[in-house]
Amino acid sequence: MASSAAANPLFPSLSLERNADGQPIIRVIGAWNLRSIQPVADALRAQLVDAAGAATTYWDLSGISRLDHAGAMMLWHAWGKRRAAHLNLRPEHEGFFAHLQAGPAPADKYGKRVERRRRLWAAGRAIVTLGEHIIQVIFLLGRVSLAFLDAVRHPSRMPWREISANIYRTGAQALGITALVGFLIGVVLSYLSAQQLKAYGAGIFIVNLLGISVVRELGPVLAAILVAGRSGSAMTAQLGVMRVTEEIDAMSVMGIPYTLRLVLPRIIALAISLPLIVLWTNAIALVGGMVAARYELDISLTYFISELPNAVPVANLWLGLGKGVAFGSLIALLACHFGLRIEPNTESLGVGTTNSVVAAITIVIIVDAIFAILFSSVGVP
Amino acid sequence: MDAPRSTTECIIEIRNLWTQFGAQVVHRDLNLCVHRGEVISLVGGSGSGKSTLLREMLGLEHPTRGDVRVFGISLRDGDPADLRGIRNRWGMLFQEGALFSALTVFENVALPLRELKTLDEALIYDLVMLKLDMVGIERGHASKMPSSLSGGMVKRIGLARALSLEPELLFLDEPTAGLDPDRSESFCTLIAELKRELGLTVVMVTHDLDTIVSISDRVAVLADQKIAALGTVAEVAAVPHPFIANFFQGERGKRALEGLKLPPATSRTPSRQVD
Repeated sequence: MASSAAANPLFPSLSLERNADGQPIIRVIGAWNLRSIQPVADALRAQLVDAAGAATTYWDLSGISRLDHAGAMMLWHAWGKRRAAHLNLRPEHEGFFAHLQAGPAPADKYGKRVERRRRLWAAGRAIVTLGEHIIQVIFLLGRVSLAFLDAVRHPSRMPWREISANIYRTGAQALGITALVGFLIGVVLSYLSAQQLKAYGAGIFIVNLLGISVVRELGPVLAAILVAGRSGSAMTAQLGVMRVTEEIDAMSVMGIPYTLRLVLPRIIALAISLPLIVLWTNAIALVGGMVAARYELDISLTYFISELPNAVPVANLWLGLGKGVAFGSLIALLACHFGLRIEPNTESLGVGTTNSVVAAITIVIIVDAIFAILFSSVGVP
Repeated sequence: MDAPRSTTECIIEIRNLWTQFGAQVVHRDLNLCVHRGEVISLVGGSGSGKSTLLREMLGLEHPTRGDVRVFGISLRDGDPADLRGIRNRWGMLFQEGALFSALTVFENVALPLRELKTLDEALIYDLVMLKLDMVGIERGHASKMPSSLSGGMVKRIGLARALSLEPELLFLDEPTAGLDPDRSESFCTLIAELKRELGLTVVMVTHDLDTIVSISDRVAVLADQKIAALGTVAEVAAVPHPFIANFFQGERGKRALEGLKLPPATSRTPSRQVD
């Protein structure tokens, strides 16, 4: 330590000496600012602990060339958070210690987050939160319905431009991804079914199998899940940021109800665009299935197309499109609900968006199951 | 490690700086030297490139041409290790505070200290509390989240965070905007105190004449894509320039300058055009 101190006069260090009366005296020298002490903080702390043992120790701080609050605080800690009894320091450094002396003694630990509560409490909290969500969604649905009725009575208030923009964003711009996923699912489903059907020589039933499963079940659910991930998250994030930047408050102040201008157009738009996306996904998935069947089972495309109306009653198509309307409005409603709950911080935005997508996909599956039970006798040949 | 102190040393040196956004020229051949230990205010109309210049001094944006040297290190082509080093030697108070919204007040101020990885928690705790005391934040607020605090408090906590690494150089973007007059006053006192105790150099962008008059050693006026005037408040106020005339010799300007006991209309010292 002594050699480095000699090499660099700014190096923070301390040395123990004895004065003429044999009293221990600690000379603190060098630059005691954060930048100089932080690379050697551990060594200095150890030295300070050793040195500070005796209460009668004299501290000579006049050799300190530079001092700041961090350096002063480190010495303060070594003295047991009070001024050393015998202290010699430069007048210009007096201010730092005067400040520390004046400051209130740190009482209990602030700054720690509230400790994790017990598990039972957490479970109870989760149930209450779920209840809050349900009530808030019902409230939002009520407000949107009132806004819708109002807009129906005064068509000039209907937010046509927003509806159209949202149909474009959630519908037209989703055609690519839904086509890709739909086609691949169609191919995979057809290929795997063909393996089984071949074993029983029932290859021509591929039309029934693919037709019913895609049109009635897979098309709507697949499209809904993709749209929930794609458009639902975007809606939540957008409304969330608008809440953070007080844009929603600004609208309310201007007398523009946000349910009419922000929530309603999103719900209507998704209720229109999702059935269209379902139709599109159905078509592309069936094309994929036809192509795979053509190579795997030698079923010609013309046979597949001509046989399809006989194999799949048209009620299945209406059922699928009806599901599309229901899924679309639910996804948009939940996305808006989660977006409007977001608090002004980054963490809440992330959590809110995740929750929105998870909730939307879950509700899609649940509602699909309800549809399956309610319409079990519809569209089955 | 520490360069010797002298009044003429440039802690920030801007040479022949050009900033262009497309065809729009914001800074044309701009030169500026910020001396160690001074408080310099950057003033200028909106769109005059004050904030851009501040961001260029911080290395957040790079000028189209020219160079900015801070502590003698070029922000454009300095050694990456040196550039990391200077980031521990300066502090910045953003206009809106820019506190990390996922962290508590305490964690926000402690973050730079914890990043050093060498200080013990007890020391960090007391240092954070000291900084919060300095900016007038009660300890009870330390465990709150930034979103639950008022704009003025967020700003003062932002200052505490900027000061947590005991910087030699402090950048302030509109430090007193959104503070009540009383708080503005104590803010100015705090900066003056820190400057005296720590030899702090302060670069601030502000519109608040009272702040400029009470704490700046020098004022740099950004107009016409360059530094149109540079000098003490009295010197700059006397420069015949339309922006300066509006800024300093309006009703508010006169009132603020009265504190200097220098009637702005009569003190026609020779104008100090710089560069």
